[in-house]
Amino acid sequence: MILLDRVSKTYNRSLGPSLDRISIHVEPKEFVIVVGQSGAGKTTLLRLLTREERPSSGKIIIGGIDYDKLKDKDIPLLRRKIGVVFQDFKLLPNKNVFENVAFALEIVGIGSKEIKHTVPKVLDIVNLKGKEKRMPHELSGGERQRVAIARAIVRQPRILIADEPTGNLDPKHAWDVIKVLEKINRFGTTVLLTTHNVDVVNKLKRRVITLEHGKVASDRANADYEAES
Amino acid sequence: MVKRSVTLQRKWTTFLRIIHTGMVNFIRNTSLAVAAIAVMVVTLTIMLFSIIANQTFSNTVVQITDRIDISVYLKDTNTEEQNLAVVEQIDELPNVKSVRYLTKDQALERYVDQNSGNEALLLAVSQTDNPIPATVLVKPVDLNKIEDIRSFLTKTEIAALQSDEPSYSGDRKEAIDKITGATNVLQRIGITAVAVFTVICALIIFNTIQMAIFNRRDEITIMRLLGAKTSYIRGPFVVESIIYGILAGVLSILIINSAFLATSNALQASSLGLLDINYASVYFSENFFKLLTLQLVAGILIGTVSSVIATRRYLKFKTK
Repeated sequence: MILLDRVSKTYNRSLGPSLDRISIHVEPKEFVIVVGQSGAGKTTLLRLLTREERPSSGKIIIGGIDYDKLKDKDIPLLRRKIGVVFQDFKLLPNKNVFENVAFALEIVGIGSKEIKHTVPKVLDIVNLKGKEKRMPHELSGGERQRVAIARAIVRQPRILIADEPTGNLDPKHAWDVIKVLEKINRFGTTVLLTTHNVDVVNKLKRRVITLEHGKVASDRANADYEAES
Repeated sequence: MVKRSVTLQRKWTTFLRIIHTGMVNFIRNTSLAVAAIAVMVVTLTIMLFSIIANQTFSNTVVQITDRIDISVYLKDTNTEEQNLAVVEQIDELPNVKSVRYLTKDQALERYVDQNSGNEALLLAVSQTDNPIPATVLVKPVDLNKIEDIRSFLTKTEIAALQSDEPSYSGDRKEAIDKITGATNVLQRIGITAVAVFTVICALIIFNTIQMAIFNRRDEITIMRLLGAKTSYIRGPFVVESIIYGILAGVLSILIINSAFLATSNALQASSLGLLDINYASVYFSENFFKLLTLQLVAGILIGTVSSVIATRRYLKFKTK
Protein backbone atom coordinates (compact mmCIF):
# COMPACT_ATOMS: atom_id res chain seq x y z
CA MET A 1 0.00 0.00 0.00
CA ILE A 2 2.83 2.36 0.94
CA LEU A 3 6.35 1.72 -0.31
CA LEU A 4 9.39 3.91 0.28
CA ASP A 5 12.61 2.60 -1.19
CA ARG A 6 15.84 4.30 -0.10
CA VAL A 7 14.18 7.70 0.03
CA SER A 8 16.29 10.75 0.92
CA LYS A 9 15.34 14.38 1.26
CA THR A 10 17.86 17.16 1.65
CA TYR A 11 16.71 20.75 2.06
CA ASN A 12 20.11 22.26 2.68
CA ARG A 13 23.32 20.40 1.89
CA SER A 14 25.23 22.03 4.74
CA LEU A 15 22.66 20.76 7.28
CA GLY A 16 22.68 17.20 5.96
CA PRO A 17 19.66 15.15 4.86
CA SER A 18 16.33 15.38 6.73
CA LEU A 19 15.60 11.84 5.57
CA ASP A 20 18.49 9.54 4.74
CA ARG A 21 17.83 6.50 2.55
CA ILE A 22 14.80 5.26 4.46
CA SER A 23 12.89 2.20 3.28
CA ILE A 24 9.43 1.46 4.66
CA HIS A 25 6.76 -0.94 3.48
CA VAL A 26 3.22 -0.69 4.85
CA GLU A 27 0.66 -3.38 4.01
CA PRO A 28 -2.99 -2.58 3.25
CA LYS A 29 -5.19 -2.15 6.37
CA GLU A 30 -2.16 -1.82 8.62
CA PHE A 31 -2.02 0.68 11.50
CA VAL A 32 1.51 2.08 11.71
CA ILE A 33 2.82 4.57 14.23
CA VAL A 34 5.85 6.67 13.37
CA VAL A 35 7.66 8.06 16.40
CA GLY A 36 10.74 10.17 16.78
CA GLN A 37 11.94 13.36 18.35
CA SER A 38 11.50 16.76 16.77
CA GLY A 39 13.70 17.00 13.69
CA ALA A 40 13.85 13.20 13.29
CA GLY A 41 12.13 13.52 9.90
CA LYS A 42 8.50 12.60 10.69
CA THR A 43 6.96 15.70 9.13
CA THR A 44 9.27 15.48 6.11
CA LEU A 45 8.14 11.88 5.63
CA LEU A 46 4.49 12.87 5.63
CA ARG A 47 5.10 15.86 3.34
CA LEU A 48 6.73 13.47 0.87
CA LEU A 49 3.75 11.13 1.04
CA THR A 50 1.26 13.93 0.34
CA ARG A 51 3.62 15.20 -2.38
CA GLU A 52 4.04 18.61 -0.77
CA GLU A 53 7.72 17.84 -1.28
CA ARG A 54 9.64 15.81 -3.83
CA PRO A 55 12.29 13.35 -2.60
CA SER A 56 15.91 14.17 -3.44
CA SER A 57 16.38 10.50 -4.31
CA GLY A 58 14.64 7.15 -3.90
CA LYS A 59 11.30 5.76 -4.95
CA ILE A 60 7.82 6.27 -3.45
CA ILE A 61 4.78 4.24 -4.50
CA ILE A 62 1.43 4.70 -2.79
CA GLY A 63 -1.70 2.75 -3.73
CA GLY A 64 -0.09 1.83 -7.03
CA ILE A 65 0.87 5.40 -7.90
CA ASP A 66 4.57 5.79 -8.69
CA TYR A 67 5.58 9.30 -7.63
CA ASP A 68 8.33 9.42 -10.23
CA LYS A 69 5.71 9.24 -12.95
CA LEU A 70 3.27 11.62 -11.24
CA LYS A 71 2.82 14.90 -13.07
CA ASP A 72 2.12 18.12 -11.17
CA LYS A 73 -1.35 18.33 -12.67
CA ASP A 74 -2.18 14.89 -11.24
CA ILE A 75 -1.22 15.77 -7.66
CA PRO A 76 -4.83 16.71 -6.80
CA LEU A 77 -5.94 13.24 -7.93
CA LEU A 78 -3.33 11.64 -5.64
CA ARG A 79 -4.41 13.76 -2.68
CA ARG A 80 -8.00 12.70 -3.20
CA LYS A 81 -6.91 9.13 -2.54
CA ILE A 82 -5.15 9.97 0.71
CA GLY A 83 -6.89 11.39 3.77
CA VAL A 84 -4.71 13.72 5.82
CA VAL A 85 -5.20 14.95 9.39
CA PHE A 86 -3.03 17.80 10.65
CA GLN A 87 -1.87 18.71 14.14
CA ASP A 88 -3.38 22.22 13.74
CA PHE A 89 -6.64 20.80 12.30
CA LYS A 90 -6.67 23.18 9.30
CA LEU A 91 -10.41 23.74 9.49
CA LEU A 92 -12.01 26.67 7.70
CA PRO A 93 -13.03 29.08 10.47
CA ASN A 94 -15.94 30.60 8.54
CA LYS A 95 -17.60 27.26 7.84
CA ASN A 96 -19.54 25.15 10.33
CA VAL A 97 -18.83 21.48 11.11
CA PHE A 98 -21.08 20.18 8.34
CA GLU A 99 -19.69 22.62 5.77
CA ASN A 100 -16.08 21.84 6.68
CA VAL A 101 -16.63 18.14 6.04
CA ALA A 102 -18.78 18.80 2.96
CA PHE A 103 -15.98 20.97 1.57
CA ALA A 104 -13.85 17.88 0.86
CA LEU A 105 -16.69 16.47 -1.23
CA GLU A 106 -17.54 19.77 -2.93
CA ILE A 107 -14.08 20.20 -4.40
CA VAL A 108 -14.33 16.86 -6.19
CA GLY A 109 -17.72 17.72 -7.65
CA ILE A 110 -20.01 15.53 -5.51
CA GLY A 111 -23.62 16.71 -5.70
CA SER A 112 -25.43 18.38 -2.81
CA LYS A 113 -27.86 15.49 -2.41
CA GLU A 114 -25.06 12.97 -1.92
CA ILE A 115 -23.26 15.36 0.44
CA LYS A 116 -26.37 15.69 2.61
CA HIS A 117 -26.57 11.93 2.74
CA THR A 118 -22.88 11.16 3.38
CA VAL A 119 -21.69 13.85 5.80
CA PRO A 120 -24.03 12.97 8.71
CA LYS A 121 -22.93 9.34 8.49
CA VAL A 122 -19.27 10.30 8.76
CA LEU A 123 -19.97 12.74 11.59
CA ASP A 124 -21.65 9.84 13.36
CA ILE A 125 -18.49 7.72 12.97
CA VAL A 126 -16.39 10.44 14.66
CA ASN A 127 -19.04 10.91 17.37
CA LEU A 128 -20.04 14.43 16.34
CA LYS A 129 -23.70 13.77 15.63
CA GLY A 130 -25.81 16.79 16.55
CA LYS A 131 -22.95 19.27 16.26
CA GLU A 132 -23.28 19.88 12.53
CA LYS A 133 -24.16 23.56 12.91
CA ARG A 134 -21.35 24.43 15.36
CA MET A 135 -18.57 26.70 14.18
CA PRO A 136 -14.96 25.53 14.77
CA HIS A 137 -14.39 28.12 17.54
CA GLU A 138 -17.35 26.67 19.45
CA LEU A 139 -15.70 23.23 19.65
CA SER A 140 -13.07 21.73 21.95
CA GLY A 141 -9.68 20.76 20.51
CA GLY A 142 -10.64 17.10 20.42
CA GLU A 143 -13.89 17.85 18.63
CA ARG A 144 -12.09 20.01 16.08
CA GLN A 145 -9.65 17.20 15.42
CA ARG A 146 -12.52 14.79 14.94
CA VAL A 147 -14.05 17.19 12.40
CA ALA A 148 -10.70 17.14 10.60
CA ILE A 149 -10.73 13.33 10.67
CA ALA A 150 -14.29 13.28 9.35
CA ARG A 151 -13.18 15.55 6.52
CA ALA A 152 -10.20 13.29 5.81
CA ILE A 153 -12.26 10.09 5.62
CA VAL A 154 -15.45 11.37 4.02
CA ARG A 155 -14.14 10.47 0.56
CA GLN A 156 -13.33 6.98 1.83
CA PRO A 157 -9.59 7.08 1.14
CA ARG A 158 -7.68 3.82 1.36
CA ILE A 159 -4.92 5.57 3.31
CA LEU A 160 -5.23 7.98 6.22
CA ILE A 161 -2.19 9.97 7.28
CA ALA A 162 -2.43 11.63 10.67
CA ASP A 163 0.34 14.08 11.54
CA GLU A 164 0.50 14.37 15.35
CA PRO A 165 -3.29 14.59 15.60
CA THR A 166 -3.13 14.50 19.40
CA GLY A 167 -0.33 17.03 19.68
CA ASN A 168 -2.57 19.88 20.84
CA LEU A 169 -4.99 17.82 22.91
CA ASP A 170 -5.34 16.85 26.57
CA PRO A 171 -5.13 13.09 27.34
CA LYS A 172 -8.90 12.50 27.35
CA HIS A 173 -9.50 14.19 24.03
CA ALA A 174 -6.34 12.65 22.59
CA TRP A 175 -7.65 9.22 23.39
CA ASP A 176 -11.05 10.03 21.79
CA VAL A 177 -9.24 10.88 18.60
CA ILE A 178 -7.13 7.70 18.69
CA LYS A 179 -10.24 5.59 19.23
CA VAL A 180 -11.77 7.13 16.11
CA LEU A 181 -8.59 6.33 14.15
CA GLU A 182 -8.76 2.72 15.34
CA LYS A 183 -12.38 2.51 14.30
CA ILE A 184 -11.50 3.79 10.82
CA ASN A 185 -8.68 1.24 10.60
CA ARG A 186 -11.13 -1.53 11.50
CA PHE A 187 -13.24 -0.41 8.49
CA GLY A 188 -10.23 -1.28 6.31
CA THR A 189 -8.33 2.00 5.94
CA THR A 190 -4.55 1.92 6.22
CA VAL A 191 -3.53 4.38 8.95
CA LEU A 192 -0.15 6.06 9.29
CA LEU A 193 0.08 7.98 12.53
CA THR A 194 2.94 10.13 13.78
CA THR A 195 2.94 11.00 17.44
CA HIS A 196 4.96 12.06 20.45
CA ASN A 197 2.41 10.66 22.82
CA VAL A 198 3.93 7.81 24.86
CA ASP A 199 0.53 6.72 26.26
CA VAL A 200 -0.96 6.42 22.83
CA VAL A 201 1.89 4.28 21.55
CA ASN A 202 1.88 2.04 24.59
CA LYS A 203 -1.86 1.49 24.66
CA LEU A 204 -2.24 0.86 20.94
CA LYS A 205 0.36 -1.93 20.75
CA ARG A 206 0.77 -1.56 16.99
CA ARG A 207 3.69 -1.55 14.58
CA VAL A 208 6.02 1.28 15.58
CA ILE A 209 8.65 2.82 13.28
CA THR A 210 11.17 4.97 15.07
CA LEU A 211 12.98 7.69 13.15
CA GLU A 212 16.27 9.11 14.40
CA HIS A 213 18.27 11.74 12.57
CA GLY A 214 16.43 10.99 9.35
CA LYS A 215 16.99 7.23 9.48
CA VAL A 216 14.81 4.30 10.50
CA ALA A 217 16.24 3.39 13.91
CA SER A 218 13.80 0.54 14.48
CA ASP A 219 10.67 -1.02 13.00
CA ARG A 220 8.80 -3.36 15.38
CA ALA A 221 5.38 -4.94 15.51
CA ASN A 222 3.19 -4.69 18.66
CA ALA A 223 5.76 -2.44 20.22
CA ASP A 224 5.60 0.19 22.92
CA TYR A 225 7.41 3.46 23.28
CA GLU A 226 9.69 2.42 26.14
CA ALA A 227 10.95 -0.54 24.19
CA GLU A 228 12.12 1.87 21.50
CA SER A 229 13.90 4.36 23.68
CA MET B 1 -21.06 4.90 -20.06
CA VAL B 2 -22.36 5.28 -16.50
CA LYS B 3 -18.90 6.33 -15.31
CA ARG B 4 -18.72 8.94 -18.07
CA SER B 5 -22.08 10.40 -17.13
CA VAL B 6 -21.03 10.55 -13.47
CA THR B 7 -17.86 12.39 -14.51
CA LEU B 8 -19.84 14.84 -16.62
CA GLN B 9 -22.30 15.34 -13.78
CA ARG B 10 -19.41 16.10 -11.39
CA LYS B 11 -17.83 18.50 -13.85
CA TRP B 12 -21.11 20.35 -14.21
CA THR B 13 -21.59 20.48 -10.42
CA THR B 14 -18.02 21.77 -10.06
CA PHE B 15 -18.63 24.40 -12.75
CA LEU B 16 -21.74 25.65 -10.95
CA ARG B 17 -19.88 25.68 -7.62
CA ILE B 18 -17.04 27.72 -9.13
CA ILE B 19 -19.57 30.31 -10.35
CA HIS B 20 -21.36 30.32 -7.00
CA THR B 21 -18.10 30.69 -5.04
CA GLY B 22 -16.99 33.49 -7.37
CA MET B 23 -20.24 35.36 -6.76
CA VAL B 24 -20.04 34.89 -2.99
CA ASN B 25 -16.41 36.06 -2.99
CA PHE B 26 -17.37 39.08 -5.09
CA ILE B 27 -19.98 40.11 -2.52
CA ARG B 28 -17.49 39.60 0.31
CA ASN B 29 -14.81 41.65 -1.44
CA THR B 30 -16.93 44.53 -2.65
CA SER B 31 -14.69 47.13 -1.06
CA LEU B 32 -11.66 45.57 -2.72
CA ALA B 33 -13.44 45.38 -6.05
CA VAL B 34 -14.49 49.03 -6.24
CA ALA B 35 -11.12 50.24 -7.58
CA ALA B 36 -10.96 47.48 -10.18
CA ILE B 37 -14.51 48.15 -11.38
CA ALA B 38 -14.00 51.93 -11.43
CA VAL B 39 -10.93 51.78 -13.66
CA MET B 40 -12.64 49.23 -15.89
CA VAL B 41 -15.62 51.58 -16.25
CA VAL B 42 -13.25 54.39 -17.30
CA THR B 43 -11.56 52.12 -19.86
CA LEU B 44 -14.81 50.88 -21.35
CA THR B 45 -16.36 54.37 -21.38
CA ILE B 46 -13.37 55.73 -23.30
CA MET B 47 -13.66 52.83 -25.71
CA LEU B 48 -17.38 53.43 -26.24
CA PHE B 49 -16.86 57.16 -26.61
CA SER B 50 -14.14 56.58 -29.22
CA ILE B 51 -16.37 54.24 -31.19
CA ILE B 52 -19.30 56.67 -31.21
CA ALA B 53 -17.12 59.68 -32.07
CA ASN B 54 -15.43 57.75 -34.86
CA GLN B 55 -18.79 56.72 -36.29
CA THR B 56 -20.07 60.30 -36.09
CA PHE B 57 -17.03 61.68 -37.91
CA SER B 58 -17.18 58.96 -40.56
CA ASN B 59 -20.89 59.56 -41.04
CA THR B 60 -20.28 63.27 -41.54
CA VAL B 61 -17.64 62.53 -44.18
CA VAL B 62 -20.03 60.19 -45.98
CA GLN B 63 -22.86 62.71 -45.86
CA ILE B 64 -20.76 65.56 -47.20
CA THR B 65 -19.12 63.39 -49.83
CA ASP B 66 -22.55 62.46 -51.02
CA ARG B 67 -23.49 66.09 -51.49
CA ILE B 68 -20.37 66.94 -53.47
CA ASP B 69 -20.33 67.00 -57.21
CA ILE B 70 -18.43 68.52 -60.07
CA SER B 71 -20.52 70.84 -62.19
CA VAL B 72 -19.60 71.10 -65.87
CA TYR B 73 -21.20 74.08 -67.61
CA LEU B 74 -21.86 73.65 -71.34
CA LYS B 75 -22.05 76.36 -73.93
CA ASP B 76 -25.50 77.41 -75.14
CA THR B 77 -24.20 77.10 -78.69
CA ASN B 78 -23.57 73.34 -78.37
CA THR B 79 -25.97 70.98 -80.03
CA GLU B 80 -27.88 68.52 -77.83
CA GLU B 81 -25.88 65.68 -79.48
CA GLN B 82 -22.59 67.33 -78.52
CA ASN B 83 -23.77 67.71 -74.92
CA LEU B 84 -24.94 64.11 -74.68
CA ALA B 85 -21.65 62.92 -76.16
CA VAL B 86 -19.78 64.75 -73.41
CA VAL B 87 -22.07 63.19 -70.79
CA GLU B 88 -21.45 59.75 -72.21
CA GLN B 89 -17.69 60.22 -72.21
CA ILE B 90 -17.69 61.47 -68.63
CA ASP B 91 -19.82 58.51 -67.59
CA GLU B 92 -17.18 56.15 -68.94
CA LEU B 93 -14.43 57.58 -66.75
CA PRO B 94 -13.34 55.13 -64.01
CA ASN B 95 -13.71 57.39 -60.96
CA VAL B 96 -17.23 58.53 -61.84
CA LYS B 97 -20.02 57.33 -59.59
CA SER B 98 -22.91 58.97 -61.41
CA VAL B 99 -23.61 61.58 -64.06
CA ARG B 100 -26.71 63.73 -64.34
CA TYR B 101 -27.38 65.91 -67.31
CA LEU B 102 -29.50 69.04 -66.84
CA THR B 103 -30.78 70.93 -69.85
CA LYS B 104 -30.81 74.72 -69.64
CA ASP B 105 -34.40 74.65 -68.36
CA GLN B 106 -33.72 71.96 -65.78
CA ALA B 107 -30.60 73.80 -64.64
CA LEU B 108 -32.62 76.99 -64.20
CA GLU B 109 -35.25 75.11 -62.23
CA ARG B 110 -32.58 73.70 -59.94
CA TYR B 111 -30.99 77.13 -59.55
CA VAL B 112 -34.33 78.62 -58.55
CA ASP B 113 -34.89 75.81 -56.05
CA GLN B 114 -31.47 76.27 -54.50
CA ASN B 115 -31.96 80.02 -54.13
CA SER B 116 -35.59 80.05 -53.13
CA GLY B 117 -34.86 82.38 -50.21
CA ASN B 118 -33.14 85.04 -52.28
CA GLU B 119 -35.98 86.94 -53.91
CA ALA B 120 -33.86 89.73 -55.38
CA LEU B 121 -31.67 87.22 -57.19
CA LEU B 122 -34.67 85.29 -58.49
CA LEU B 123 -36.25 88.52 -59.69
CA ALA B 124 -33.09 89.43 -61.57
CA VAL B 125 -32.95 85.99 -63.16
CA SER B 126 -36.60 86.08 -64.20
CA GLN B 127 -36.20 89.36 -65.95
CA THR B 128 -33.63 88.09 -68.42
CA ASP B 129 -33.43 85.11 -70.75
CA ASN B 130 -32.35 81.94 -69.03
CA PRO B 131 -28.74 82.75 -68.06
CA ILE B 132 -28.03 79.28 -66.65
CA PRO B 133 -26.13 76.97 -68.99
CA ALA B 134 -26.91 73.30 -69.52
CA THR B 135 -25.03 71.50 -66.75
CA VAL B 136 -23.52 68.07 -66.21
CA LEU B 137 -23.44 67.04 -62.51
CA VAL B 138 -20.68 64.50 -61.87
CA LYS B 139 -20.36 62.56 -58.58
CA PRO B 140 -16.91 61.08 -58.13
CA VAL B 141 -16.29 57.75 -56.39
CA ASP B 142 -13.24 59.01 -54.51
CA LEU B 143 -12.84 62.70 -53.87
CA ASN B 144 -9.10 62.40 -53.54
CA LYS B 145 -8.76 60.98 -57.01
CA ILE B 146 -10.58 63.46 -59.23
CA GLU B 147 -7.47 64.22 -61.27
CA ASP B 148 -8.55 61.98 -64.14
CA ILE B 149 -11.91 63.76 -64.32
CA ARG B 150 -10.16 67.10 -64.16
CA SER B 151 -7.71 66.19 -66.94
CA PHE B 152 -10.55 64.95 -69.14
CA LEU B 153 -12.47 68.21 -68.67
CA THR B 154 -9.44 70.33 -69.50
CA LYS B 155 -8.79 68.56 -72.80
CA THR B 156 -8.96 71.17 -75.57
CA GLU B 157 -11.88 69.66 -77.43
CA ILE B 158 -13.93 69.19 -74.23
CA ALA B 159 -12.95 72.59 -72.81
CA ALA B 160 -14.10 74.16 -76.07
CA LEU B 161 -17.63 72.96 -75.36
CA GLN B 162 -17.73 74.52 -71.90
CA SER B 163 -19.00 77.99 -71.12
CA ASP B 164 -17.12 78.27 -67.87
CA GLU B 165 -14.54 76.52 -65.68
CA PRO B 166 -15.98 73.45 -63.94
CA SER B 167 -16.86 73.90 -60.25
CA TYR B 168 -15.21 71.39 -57.88
CA SER B 169 -16.99 72.28 -54.59
CA GLY B 170 -13.56 73.17 -53.28
CA ASP B 171 -14.66 74.44 -49.85
CA ARG B 172 -16.41 71.18 -49.06
CA LYS B 173 -13.39 69.17 -50.10
CA GLU B 174 -11.39 71.14 -47.58
CA ALA B 175 -13.96 70.45 -44.90
CA ILE B 176 -13.81 66.76 -45.70
CA ASP B 177 -10.04 66.77 -45.49
CA LYS B 178 -10.26 68.43 -42.08
CA ILE B 179 -12.82 65.97 -40.76
CA THR B 180 -10.90 62.99 -42.15
CA GLY B 181 -7.76 64.35 -40.49
CA ALA B 182 -9.61 64.83 -37.21
CA THR B 183 -11.05 61.31 -37.46
CA ASN B 184 -7.59 59.83 -37.89
CA VAL B 185 -6.24 61.80 -34.93
CA LEU B 186 -9.26 60.81 -32.85
CA GLN B 187 -8.81 57.15 -33.76
CA ARG B 188 -5.17 57.27 -32.69
CA ILE B 189 -5.99 59.03 -29.42
CA GLY B 190 -8.83 56.56 -28.81
CA ILE B 191 -6.69 53.49 -29.43
CA THR B 192 -3.84 54.83 -27.28
CA ALA B 193 -6.17 55.78 -24.43
CA VAL B 194 -7.93 52.40 -24.54
CA ALA B 195 -4.56 50.59 -24.58
CA VAL B 196 -3.15 52.62 -21.68
CA PHE B 197 -6.28 52.20 -19.58
CA THR B 198 -6.49 48.50 -20.36
CA VAL B 199 -2.99 48.05 -18.97
CA ILE B 200 -3.84 50.12 -15.87
CA CYS B 201 -7.02 48.11 -15.53
CA ALA B 202 -5.14 44.81 -15.74
CA LEU B 203 -2.61 45.99 -13.13
CA ILE B 204 -5.37 46.99 -10.72
CA ILE B 205 -7.12 43.66 -11.24
CA PHE B 206 -3.76 41.93 -10.59
CA ASN B 207 -3.50 43.83 -7.35
CA THR B 208 -7.08 43.10 -6.33
CA ILE B 209 -6.63 39.40 -6.98
CA GLN B 210 -3.30 39.34 -5.18
CA MET B 211 -5.01 40.83 -2.12
CA ALA B 212 -7.89 38.37 -2.42
CA ILE B 213 -5.43 35.45 -2.69
CA PHE B 214 -3.56 36.76 0.34
CA ASN B 215 -6.80 37.05 2.33
CA ARG B 216 -7.76 33.51 1.41
CA ARG B 217 -4.32 31.90 1.62
CA ASP B 218 -5.31 29.50 4.42
CA GLU B 219 -8.38 28.40 2.52
CA ILE B 220 -6.31 27.91 -0.63
CA THR B 221 -3.70 25.84 1.25
CA ILE B 222 -6.44 23.63 2.66
CA MET B 223 -8.08 23.28 -0.73
CA ARG B 224 -4.80 22.15 -2.24
CA LEU B 225 -4.13 19.66 0.53
CA LEU B 226 -7.60 18.22 0.10
CA GLY B 227 -6.93 17.67 -3.60
CA ALA B 228 -8.70 20.61 -5.25
CA LYS B 229 -7.71 21.01 -8.87
CA THR B 230 -6.01 24.19 -10.00
CA SER B 231 -9.07 25.16 -12.02
CA TYR B 232 -11.27 24.82 -8.93
CA ILE B 233 -9.03 27.17 -6.95
CA ARG B 234 -8.50 29.59 -9.81
CA GLY B 235 -12.05 29.53 -11.18
CA PRO B 236 -13.75 31.72 -8.54
CA PHE B 237 -11.12 34.45 -9.01
CA VAL B 238 -11.79 34.45 -12.74
CA VAL B 239 -15.56 34.50 -12.14
CA GLU B 240 -15.07 37.44 -9.78
CA SER B 241 -13.17 39.36 -12.46
CA ILE B 242 -15.81 38.51 -15.05
CA ILE B 243 -18.41 40.04 -12.71
CA TYR B 244 -16.26 43.22 -12.57
CA GLY B 245 -16.27 43.20 -16.40
CA ILE B 246 -20.04 42.75 -16.68
CA LEU B 247 -20.73 45.51 -14.14
CA ALA B 248 -18.22 47.84 -15.80
CA GLY B 249 -19.72 47.14 -19.24
CA VAL B 250 -23.24 47.97 -18.03
CA LEU B 251 -22.06 51.06 -16.11
CA SER B 252 -20.15 52.44 -19.10
CA ILE B 253 -23.26 52.13 -21.28
CA LEU B 254 -25.33 53.83 -18.57
CA ILE B 255 -22.82 56.67 -18.30
CA ILE B 256 -22.84 57.35 -22.04
CA ASN B 257 -26.63 57.01 -22.13
CA SER B 258 -26.99 59.50 -19.26
CA ALA B 259 -24.60 61.84 -21.02
CA PHE B 260 -26.77 61.75 -24.15
CA LEU B 261 -29.95 62.26 -22.13
CA ALA B 262 -28.45 65.18 -20.23
CA THR B 263 -27.23 66.92 -23.38
CA SER B 264 -29.89 65.86 -25.87
CA ASN B 265 -31.37 69.37 -26.28
CA ALA B 266 -27.99 70.97 -26.64
CA LEU B 267 -26.94 68.35 -29.21
CA GLN B 268 -29.99 68.84 -31.35
CA ALA B 269 -29.46 72.58 -31.42
CA SER B 270 -25.76 72.51 -32.07
CA SER B 271 -23.72 71.75 -35.10
CA LEU B 272 -20.02 72.18 -35.21
CA GLY B 273 -19.74 73.49 -38.72
CA LEU B 274 -20.43 70.54 -40.99
CA LEU B 275 -20.12 67.97 -38.17
CA ASP B 276 -23.44 66.30 -37.44
CA ILE B 277 -23.26 65.87 -33.68
CA ASN B 278 -26.84 64.72 -33.38
CA TYR B 279 -25.90 61.59 -35.33
CA ALA B 280 -23.93 60.38 -32.28
CA SER B 281 -27.13 60.08 -30.29
CA VAL B 282 -28.97 58.44 -33.20
CA TYR B 283 -26.11 55.97 -33.73
CA PHE B 284 -26.03 55.14 -29.99
CA SER B 285 -29.77 54.44 -29.76
CA GLU B 286 -29.91 52.53 -33.05
CA ASN B 287 -27.00 50.29 -32.08
CA PHE B 288 -27.71 50.12 -28.36
CA PHE B 289 -27.76 46.33 -28.03
CA LYS B 290 -24.80 45.86 -30.33
CA LEU B 291 -22.79 48.35 -28.26
CA LEU B 292 -23.97 46.80 -24.99
CA THR B 293 -22.83 43.38 -26.21
CA LEU B 294 -19.50 44.83 -27.30
CA GLN B 295 -18.97 46.47 -23.90
CA LEU B 296 -19.87 43.27 -22.06
CA VAL B 297 -17.58 41.17 -24.25
CA ALA B 298 -14.73 43.67 -23.81
CA GLY B 299 -15.28 43.80 -20.02
CA ILE B 300 -15.42 40.02 -19.71
CA LEU B 301 -12.34 39.66 -21.88
CA ILE B 302 -10.29 42.17 -19.87
CA GLY B 303 -11.45 40.55 -16.62
CA THR B 304 -10.73 37.00 -17.77
CA VAL B 305 -7.31 37.67 -19.27
CA SER B 306 -6.13 39.77 -16.30
CA SER B 307 -7.33 37.28 -13.71
CA VAL B 308 -5.90 34.27 -15.54
CA ILE B 309 -2.50 36.00 -15.72
CA ALA B 310 -2.76 37.15 -12.09
CA THR B 311 -3.69 33.72 -10.75
CA ARG B 312 -0.91 32.12 -12.80
CA ARG B 313 1.49 34.56 -11.24
CA TYR B 314 0.32 34.55 -7.63
CA LEU B 315 -1.06 31.04 -7.17
CA LYS B 316 1.94 28.80 -7.42
CA PHE B 317 0.99 25.17 -7.72
CA LYS B 318 4.32 23.48 -8.20
CA THR B 319 5.74 21.33 -5.46
CA LYS B 320 9.27 21.82 -4.23
